[in-house]
Amino acid sequence: MPIGRRRPTLAEHHAALAHQFDDLDQQREASSLGMWVFLVTEIMFFGGLFTGYTVYRHAYPEAFADASRRLAVALGAVNTAVLICSSLTMALAVRSAQVGKRRGVIAFLSLTMLLGSAFLVVKGVEYAHKFHDHLVPGATFAFEGPHRPHAELFFSFYFAMTGLHALHMVIGIGILAALVVLSSRGRFSPDDYAAVENTGLYWHFVDIVWIFLFPLLYLISRT
Amino acid sequence: MRLGFPLFPEQASTVAGQVDALYFFLVAVSVFFSVLIFVLLIYFAVKYRRRSDAEWPRPIVGDLRLELLWTLIPLGITMVMFIWGASLYVTMFRPPAEALEISVIGKQWMWKFQHPGGQREINALHVPTGRPVKLTMTSEDVIHSFFVPAFRTKMDVLPGRYTTTWFEATKIGQYHSFCAEYCGTQHAGMIGQVVVLPPAQYEKWLAGGGPAESPTVTGAKLFQTLGCGACHRADTKARGPSLDNLFGTRVRMRDGTTVIADEGYLRESILSPNARIVAGYQPVMPTFRGQIGEEGIFQIIAYIKSLVREERAKVR
Amino acid sequence: MMATSLSERREHYLNISYGVKSWLLTTDHKRIALLYLISITLFFFLGGAFAVLIRLELLTPTGDLLQSETYNKLFTMHGVTMVFFFLIPSIPAVLGNFLVPMMIGARDLAFPRLNLASWYIYTIGGLFTLVAAVAGGVDTGWTFYTPYSTSYANTHVILTAVGIFITGFSSILTGLNFIVTIHTMRAPGLTWFRLPLFIWAQYAASLIMVLGTPVVAIAIVLVALERLLRIGIFDPALGGDPVLFQHLFWFYSHPAVYIMILPAMGVINELITCFSRKRIFGYPFIAFSGLAIALLGFLVWGHHMFLSSQSVYASMVFSILSFLVAIPSAVKVFNWTATLYKGSISYETPMLYAFGFIGLFTVGGLTGLFLATLAVDVHVHDTYFIVAHFHYIMVGGVIMAYLGGIHFWWPKMSGRMYPEGWGRLAALVIFIGFNLTFFPQFLLGYLGMPRRYHIYPPEFQVLNVMSSAGASILGVGYLIPMVYLLWSLRYGAVADPNPWEAKGLEWETPSPPPTANFEKTPVVTEEAYAYWPKEADVG
Repeated sequence: MPIGRRRPTLAEHHAALAHQFDDLDQQREASSLGMWVFLVTEIMFFGGLFTGYTVYRHAYPEAFADASRRLAVALGAVNTAVLICSSLTMALAVRSAQVGKRRGVIAFLSLTMLLGSAFLVVKGVEYAHKFHDHLVPGATFAFEGPHRPHAELFFSFYFAMTGLHALHMVIGIGILAALVVLSSRGRFSPDDYAAVENTGLYWHFVDIVWIFLFPLLYLISRT
Repeated sequence: MRLGFPLFPEQASTVAGQVDALYFFLVAVSVFFSVLIFVLLIYFAVKYRRRSDAEWPRPIVGDLRLELLWTLIPLGITMVMFIWGASLYVTMFRPPAEALEISVIGKQWMWKFQHPGGQREINALHVPTGRPVKLTMTSEDVIHSFFVPAFRTKMDVLPGRYTTTWFEATKIGQYHSFCAEYCGTQHAGMIGQVVVLPPAQYEKWLAGGGPAESPTVTGAKLFQTLGCGACHRADTKARGPSLDNLFGTRVRMRDGTTVIADEGYLRESILSPNARIVAGYQPVMPTFRGQIGEEGIFQIIAYIKSLVREERAKVR
Repeated sequence: MMATSLSERREHYLNISYGVKSWLLTTDHKRIALLYLISITLFFFLGGAFAVLIRLELLTPTGDLLQSETYNKLFTMHGVTMVFFFLIPSIPAVLGNFLVPMMIGARDLAFPRLNLASWYIYTIGGLFTLVAAVAGGVDTGWTFYTPYSTSYANTHVILTAVGIFITGFSSILTGLNFIVTIHTMRAPGLTWFRLPLFIWAQYAASLIMVLGTPVVAIAIVLVALERLLRIGIFDPALGGDPVLFQHLFWFYSHPAVYIMILPAMGVINELITCFSRKRIFGYPFIAFSGLAIALLGFLVWGHHMFLSSQSVYASMVFSILSFLVAIPSAVKVFNWTATLYKGSISYETPMLYAFGFIGLFTVGGLTGLFLATLAVDVHVHDTYFIVAHFHYIMVGGVIMAYLGGIHFWWPKMSGRMYPEGWGRLAALVIFIGFNLTFFPQFLLGYLGMPRRYHIYPPEFQVLNVMSSAGASILGVGYLIPMVYLLWSLRYGAVADPNPWEAKGLEWETPSPPPTANFEKTPVVTEEAYAYWPKEADVG
């Protein structure tokens, strides 16, 4: 038998089965559907912000374009690349779990965490710059040019949307850390790795939200 | 039968009777279906009451024809309601061209009105019978709503933009006006009255309040004192578009979109001038927010409306 | 099955463990349902207390009982408490939590710990709102319209908003739990079209809970941010659009009313079939009409905004869709009435509530057509006509169905029977009190009395006094079941497993059921509502 792969015993089967489910298949189906339904609620959650953003961008196109030019496209692009790579490492972690390679799971989950943290660091740098440039909405906001009030609207949405996204990243990294710990204790096996798979779904979702955020916020009229 | 208290509002506008007719149609349909269901419920409850514990009725699965019947008939009736309601609504929404234009400002917790001749009122509004009256309204703070039950009219009054409503009063008298959108502590205190007078008496009332300056004149003065003419002129020194013959025309913006130069556009141009830039011009107009109130904006708009070549109203 | 006497200490979900910890850390869906029952009953009476004060003030045309600010806080808190902390959770969190697993033959919901978390989230959200109330309250109206709520109100807006935001997640998680449970945990043989219609209704409502609640959550977060940081998302003075708030708010809050009514309709299906001993008429039509309501319900929010500067064309679209969403409800009412035809009808308390529901929901629903009619809505929007309309549906509809369900499943939940005479009396008192309270409000609305007014022209007084008189009767009506239901826990007759001879998997367990519900997962072979004698078997 290949190293690191062990057929789970009957006792382990039962241990993994929660009391409300009839069998592991049902449990897997339920936890997967649960994650999908949850992701739909997340789409609606972000959707509210996207709607507000779209309404104001349509109303004040000049102001939004002007404000958007103050964002650091380079940093945003780096972050986009970082997140896409992290989705790759996440998918590889799920694959490792699927074939029972515990070391692979731990390695790829850790890499994903690393990349996610890198994203947050870059985001932190961006936020620090904005703070320094008085572009945080509220009492300290300052914006030269004719579009001041509507530029503040842009930045309100910028911080709300990227902030909410960053919050989801933080939570995701926390979950990944928990998975690393659990995996190192041998919790997952090819028959029972739903938690890794569902976390993968969550991580990909957070990635996709960024894929929408980046062009919407950073790439207005940058010709 | 005199009850001593009303059960139904007065009809005092051209539209009131039409709204009530539609209302009574809805009442009739509602009474019909309510009575139908009540009678069936009671009839079945009595006729099929359980007489012995051993009763186990035969099942009836359903009946497609019945389902179609009680889907399509309500559908038909509701579509009649929709068409009737929507067409009357369009009439209620579109003021006739020759309406008497009155500006309305709602604020916590009062109404300010200004007639075209400049006469001002607070909370009370005098109007003549037999003539359409168009109200152009805005709020200085929160959302209000101007409601006159006897006319069957209502329209929200919003900060930051204009809304309009219109009515033609038909019956002499005094009618309640209410604020119908919760606006804070004295929301219930924003009760006013609309005083409907015969046309001759209305004219007398207009003249009776002492000399009043028409908003067009006041607007012209404001245009001067605020220095608008420095940029909005017809010669080469112009840094902003000319305002002659502007009102009501379609204007092309820098980004290719077009906008009708109505009251809302003019107001936005004064307060948020750089939200939309006219094609061929730069975003250099400063905002006048803080320097001019809603009343002043109404007056400037009245002045700009008067800048038409067709001699309908010249600045006095 | 024989009744178990008190002397045999049979183990069931209530007595299997004792102590506060066994309740506060339970993952048994039945215990969680009871935790919710206690919480929402508290909030119901709190909201009711606010209503009493409102109706007292409205006895006279002048503002002589309460200060304006106090009155404004009262109607706000009445709305917030009743909508978010009573009506939306009530049937799903109490009856749904208790019954969904049992009706599908499962041992529990798909995610029992998430279910407990839902209750804690709900309670924490409720605490925030209670603290806001005690600290002085909020006076924006439950609708929080901007810019009043963001820039002008000087009451506890953020605290209340945070409470509602938190509680919203309770709703989302409950809906998620139900959707997954119904999809994946039905007993063998229990196909979708053999499910009790209560399950279909819960499913449709859960779709709305899951899709709609996040949007109002964001709307509330933006209001709180704007208040906190003075940014201009909804305040035109700062560049924002106050009507955008209304769109975001009503996008949820209209479907929210279907979250309230769909489970209520679900209950009615169970009551009508049991107490007329008859299979439901038009099963697929009732099932699909619930889904149609859930779908169409998301498309009509603009009918709250006909007068808020919405374009004529948008208003026409929302108007026609609002008429369409009424049709499936009409279909249900006709199907329920047809179910009674040639049935064998008895008049126990739950059935009385069901009759009351059908009558009052019909009136409430028909008055909704007045509001969908554009030209009429201009006149009655923001008047007492609207207040009357939604109370007919919420109180005459949802609360009657809720009480009917509580009485119907009381023997199952508690193992006791409630006293039938008192049950019928209370139902009658509630019905009479309700109509006396709210029917005059239709007249007041058309006369022009605006809502949220505590000062009104004197000619409106007689109708207001009638309404307040009715409210006092209604209040007494609600207190009566509180008393006898509590009384029955100790002194009520011990209940059989199936005292109503009803169909449904929940009735094939003892009353009260054991923690795991079923000793063995049942296998289902018959249709829902198989009330017919065996000789008349139908396919």
